[in-house]
Amino acid sequence: MLSSHTFEDPGKMRDYHYTGPVEHRFSPYSFNGGTVLAVAGEDFAIVASDTRLSEGYSIHSRDSPKCYKLTDTTVIGCSGFHGDCLTLTKIIDARLKMYKHSNNKTMTSGAIAAMLSTILYGRRFFPYYVYNIIGGLDEQGKGAVYSFDPVGSYQRDTYKAGGSASAMLQPLLDNQIGFKNMEGVQHVPLTQEKAVQLVKDVFISAAERDVYTGDALRVCIITKEGISEQTVPLRKD
Amino acid sequence: MALSNVFETPAAGFNFDNTSRNAALEGLFDGGQTPKPMKTGTTIAGVVFKDGVVLGADTRATSSEVVADKMCAKIHYIAPNIYCCGAGTAADTEKTTDILSSNLTIFSLNSGRNPRVIMAVSILQDMLYRYRGQIGANLILGGVDCTGNHLYTVGPYGSVNKVPYLSMGSGDLAALGILEDGFKHDMELEEAKELVRLAIHAGIMSDLGSGNNIDICVITRQGVDYIRPYQVSEYKDNRKTKYKYRPGTTPVLTEKVVRLKLEVVQESMQRMDTA
Repeated sequence: MLSSHTFEDPGKMRDYHYTGPVEHRFSPYSFNGGTVLAVAGEDFAIVASDTRLSEGYSIHSRDSPKCYKLTDTTVIGCSGFHGDCLTLTKIIDARLKMYKHSNNKTMTSGAIAAMLSTILYGRRFFPYYVYNIIGGLDEQGKGAVYSFDPVGSYQRDTYKAGGSASAMLQPLLDNQIGFKNMEGVQHVPLTQEKAVQLVKDVFISAAERDVYTGDALRVCIITKEGISEQTVPLRKD
Repeated sequence: MALSNVFETPAAGFNFDNTSRNAALEGLFDGGQTPKPMKTGTTIAGVVFKDGVVLGADTRATSSEVVADKMCAKIHYIAPNIYCCGAGTAADTEKTTDILSSNLTIFSLNSGRNPRVIMAVSILQDMLYRYRGQIGANLILGGVDCTGNHLYTVGPYGSVNKVPYLSMGSGDLAALGILEDGFKHDMELEEAKELVRLAIHAGIMSDLGSGNNIDICVITRQGVDYIRPYQVSEYKDNRKTKYKYRPGTTPVLTEKVVRLKLEVVQESMQRMDTA
């Protein structure tokens, strides 16, 4: 006879088909992958992101960069759920315009960061599923990086990685930029060329091991002259 | 006789011997979650051509979203004339094909005959059906025997299909598109290899779970040509800077030396007979 019945009390039939009400859940979020990285130097800031947009095991787009230019001195990198990334950047753009019209000046990087924190916390109970990192120049012209969590907690950093490969990139940056876990090494201040090269190398490594990172890398370099962009190809498989 | 238990079906029903051990193990892991098995998230394909069978596979093994192995071998040896591509849980495909290979070797030695592909399929189907899908192995079996060139697929629940071409794994739809377009009956060897290469390449580019290199295995009456890798990934590691550390970079906090006290008690030499 059916094997399962040998483990039941004899004479008792178990009902194997559940016929009561079934709760169907619809998840409003989905994870579209992508990695973002920001580094602050003495007089420059770099915000870099890969350009792959994925869902599950499929690729939606190979050319969807995650860095968005906010002002002449600030760039934001957003990764996570693409729908929320788009809406959040639209909201930030609108708020920047409103500030400009009422105060007759552009928002500074620190002000944008503080504002983003309140915007994100305003949705504390239905969060924007976005990992944000803002990179830019502060009022003194020094590089600044602000990193956020999905509900608005933020702090100013020297370097930060966010998104799907963040756990692979952050320790490498801790070692190469923060000189952590090393003895007898000279703490040389980071030059712009070295920082850009490090960012490129670090993304090439991330693309080897993270399936959601790849296709191309968009690097935005922010200096007092303006924002320059570079695109570097990454693995497409 | 010892060899007859190869073909004896074990007692009916599930074997629950390991449940108490599993329950005890679960408590030992952090968060009460046993480690997730590594899946291969793969593209594998097979094609029957005029003189035999061509099998192809990618070489990436993923552990959820991280690439665990960039050069893993997914085409497994079953018999001198039978090879098997495996998709699904990596451990399951490895062990299942190993067990199958051992059983067929015993059969060969016992009867003095080469195993047939249909025998491999029947043993696999029996075993996978008995485990009711708990063994997550999606296999493509291809081989050449005295009855001809055969290509079979066996699913994790024990379903079997005999087909002239097919693909499995997470990249199967991308590969199947290429196969449906390009397949013809009685192709030549080079045509068949090119078709399989294109199919696996489509899987590698469209599917995030497949990537890196392409392995090909050609099985004919004359023998087996296992080409690993058939095509190396065009994406080479092109980092500019070398990241090297001087000896002494890692700080040494404490040092403790324990000397082993060893005395020679007896010394003897035994010559190995290599004649």
